[in-house]
Amino acid sequence: MSIRELIELSAAEALRRITAGEISAAELFDAYAAVPDELNAYLWRAEPGAADGNGAGAGAEGPLAGLPLAVKDIFCTEGIATTAGSRILEGYVPPYTATSVQRVTDAGARILGKTNMDEFAMGSSNENSAFGPVLNPWDTSRVPGGSSGGSAAAVAAGLAPWALGTDTGGSIRQPAALCGIVGLKPTYGAISRYGMIAFASSLDQCGPLTRTVTDAALLLRELQGRDERDSTSVGIEGGVELPSREDLRGLRFGVPRELGPDAEGIEAGVREVFERTLRRIEELGGEVDECELPHSRHGISAYYVIAPAEASANLARYDGVRYGMRDPDARDLTGMYERTRGRGFGAEVKRRIMLGTYALSSGYYDAYYGQAQRVRTKIAEDFRAAFESFDFLVTPTAPTVAFELGSKTDDPLAMYMNDYCTVPVSLAGVPAISLPGGLAQPDGGGPELPVGVQVIAPAFTESKLLDAAYALEQAIGFDARPPGFGGGEA
Amino acid sequence: MSANLDGYEAVIGLEIHVQLRTRTKMFCGCELSFGDDPNVHTCPVCLAHPGSLPTLNEQAVRYGIQIGLALGCEIAPRSIFHRKNYFYPDNPKAYQISQYDIPLARNGRLGDVRIHRVHLEEDAAKLIHVGESGRIHGSDASLVDFNRGGTPLVEIVTEPDLRDAASAREWLQLLRSTIKAIGASDVNMEEGSLRCDANVSIRPAGSQELGTKTELKNMNSFRFLERGIEAELERQVALARAGEPIEQETLHFDPRTGTLTPLRSKEYAHDYRYFPEPDLVPLAPSKELLDEARASLPELPAQRLERYQSELGIPEAQAKLLAYDGELGDYFEAAVGAGTEASAKGLANWITGDLTARLREAAGEEGEVHAADSRVTPQAIAELVAMVEAKQVTAQAGREVLAKLVAEGGSPAEIVEREGLASISDSGELEGIVAAAIEADPDAAAKVREGNMKAIGPLVGYVMRETKGRADGGEVTRLIRKQLGLG
Ligand SMILES: [Zn+2]
Repeated sequence: MSIRELIELSAAEALRRITAGEISAAELFDAYAAVPDELNAYLWRAEPGAADGNGAGAGAEGPLAGLPLAVKDIFCTEGIATTAGSRILEGYVPPYTATSVQRVTDAGARILGKTNMDEFAMGSSNENSAFGPVLNPWDTSRVPGGSSGGSAAAVAAGLAPWALGTDTGGSIRQPAALCGIVGLKPTYGAISRYGMIAFASSLDQCGPLTRTVTDAALLLRELQGRDERDSTSVGIEGGVELPSREDLRGLRFGVPRELGPDAEGIEAGVREVFERTLRRIEELGGEVDECELPHSRHGISAYYVIAPAEASANLARYDGVRYGMRDPDARDLTGMYERTRGRGFGAEVKRRIMLGTYALSSGYYDAYYGQAQRVRTKIAEDFRAAFESFDFLVTPTAPTVAFELGSKTDDPLAMYMNDYCTVPVSLAGVPAISLPGGLAQPDGGGPELPVGVQVIAPAFTESKLLDAAYALEQAIGFDARPPGFGGGEA
Repeated sequence: MSANLDGYEAVIGLEIHVQLRTRTKMFCGCELSFGDDPNVHTCPVCLAHPGSLPTLNEQAVRYGIQIGLALGCEIAPRSIFHRKNYFYPDNPKAYQISQYDIPLARNGRLGDVRIHRVHLEEDAAKLIHVGESGRIHGSDASLVDFNRGGTPLVEIVTEPDLRDAASAREWLQLLRSTIKAIGASDVNMEEGSLRCDANVSIRPAGSQELGTKTELKNMNSFRFLERGIEAELERQVALARAGEPIEQETLHFDPRTGTLTPLRSKEYAHDYRYFPEPDLVPLAPSKELLDEARASLPELPAQRLERYQSELGIPEAQAKLLAYDGELGDYFEAAVGAGTEASAKGLANWITGDLTARLREAAGEEGEVHAADSRVTPQAIAELVAMVEAKQVTAQAGREVLAKLVAEGGSPAEIVEREGLASISDSGELEGIVAAAIEADPDAAAKVREGNMKAIGPLVGYVMRETKGRADGGEVTRLIRKQLGLG
């Protein structure tokens, strides 16, 4: 098979062929490793032929049989530099491997590379990477979304069959939407966070970015599970079933008024694709009705208190004492802290550390952090109430298609609004998947770009969610490839 | 020794940190270390590598619960860990995981002191400052040893119920023996497994209000705790007398000079920005764990004290010495159970009195040798006390036997035999010596005969000299009176 044919295969299909002996895992690995990265999607890449060094030969052991995998650079990988997109971790080589990565490599996956990301997962455009932005393979003047932008772009562009990402307020779903692929944020606690560099501990969750819903199920099946090293992990009871559903009969889909097509800032093209998707749901036998998540409009405000507060503590360990960057010119302890952190962190990270420090400070705690936690509880109650009447909730994943590089960098609030539909889900801790609904022009015209649809489910019902998403995926039949797929040679 | 408080009353509360004697650290699997090379007991968690997460040590929780129960506290059905944020090189995460508004246990009492709270947290790493200053500011370099970082700690905070320095010291000894009885810690102040800070204030005697308090740190022995509090009370009283205000501050005790110096405010004025630790789920001990922890509590010093006083009739001061020193108490109980006729009261008297004094004397400057580690077995002391009580040897001869036992061990009966220390049981022999005494000092004999009983001393002294202390004092007095026609 040609490189192009190999990288066109979904992970599930590639797995079938490896198992049948039609292709070898090493051949597949080398095909991906040979595709030029013109998007700055990777911060580190394995060489072609490294699959053997990675332990993957033809007929590799385990359920993932040597399938190559891209890993967001937020996961610690023993012996492989890990930066979380930050200057402050430049040169840091972890002495251990994240549980999630260990699980999939134990299952036979082989690491193709570490993908670029917004610094410490703080961003929605990948422009906050200390190592330059990732470009969107659909239009290289546009952003791929973030913070898992490198993973999304790599999967969309044929630089990886699938990838690991992390989602704190939308960091898997939003870039998946902007790059035209599938992105799943599992229930908080489904997958171990051990070894995943923390941004906001009560929200961070690992998840797959894939080209198909089946691939997402395949990867989630290996990732999920209780880990003794992460007290907040519980796994998914009963494991994960591969999806097979062909219709949506008997299922009720709620469209939250606050996050639906008429919410503020939703582009016309996004609305059109979303409404077409709702009709597809009905055609498949699902019921669609409006519902309410009254507190979700406060989601962004609560999120931008809670996440920075946790981040301000999580990022305090980068002090130049034990690893990573240390400013060589510091003359005393305070100077070492100030100069190391001043030079090591980018502007958005500093902004959030300051926001979070302020929100936790004496005299302000209750008005900010305390209030945000109360809002979070209300939002979670809204979701619980909605799931008494509905099996799933559906929203657009992001209000717009991929926007132009630099267009929002000077306006943090506009940037934060990208996550308007994804953040409430993170605060509630429930699972959600983004799948491509179709293509649409941005407001103001231009080439057509992918639009994502978010399907949200009750906690720990990933198997049902994947089943419904699979039926919808088959009905939508999205099969467009970005012009940059496989390095651009069609 | 107590400070002259001149119409003022002292109000003292203690804040105690206890290093738990678990096998591994509070939040990771690294073993606790004692004198190992620096930085050998470390891992991604206790070095705060990116992505690492804490997991709670079950044994530390169990010890924490047992300490809470021993202090009569309510154990929280669901307690919460918080992050206490501050930058310092001994604190690799830049936050300490501790408990804040919902601690593991609260509202207890030990002895006369109410317990405010008991909570779990982790110890900091050890800093070694190179250079003149001895502190991080102005040192040439500072080295960090992360072996200690993450050692499980229990913090105990009392209500301000103590009223003088000596009581504070005595109460801390009770706490120490209580924790030692549980086996939760080595509770060694010199080695830092027991650390005690004191909050000290004064108020006009009889007042119910609390004065401005100061926090005393670094008193790393029982003696220094007492001296530190004494010194601070004197300082506060002097300020109050002079009409000057007492500042709220943290004071550092210097054991070399016995003085207190304020820490620079920069070093302790923190906004710790506490918030709930999202990496740990709430601590909700199961009923099984609570029941098991309660059932496996040994007899505690406070219970021993009560039993020694009410059941064995031992005076309070001696009972405290035995009950608050678990090993001495065990030694005492072994002696009581040794199968001799010795009374518990007699044993308590000899063990806390002569034996302790002899051992201290023998150890000299080197420090104390504990009864349990001495050459005097519980069996031997019991036999000796039984002989004294049966008047087979006199108390004075008994002390000589004890000195031999301390020096070389062995059996009291053999020592008595070998040294000829048995009481003179032959009353004929004793009658003769008494007669000789009266003959030797007719003046004294005459005074006694006239009713001046004080004059009997020289006569008894003569007999004791002649018998080398082997005569029973009461019997000698009886015989003198008899021979002088008074009996
Ligand atoms: Zn460790």
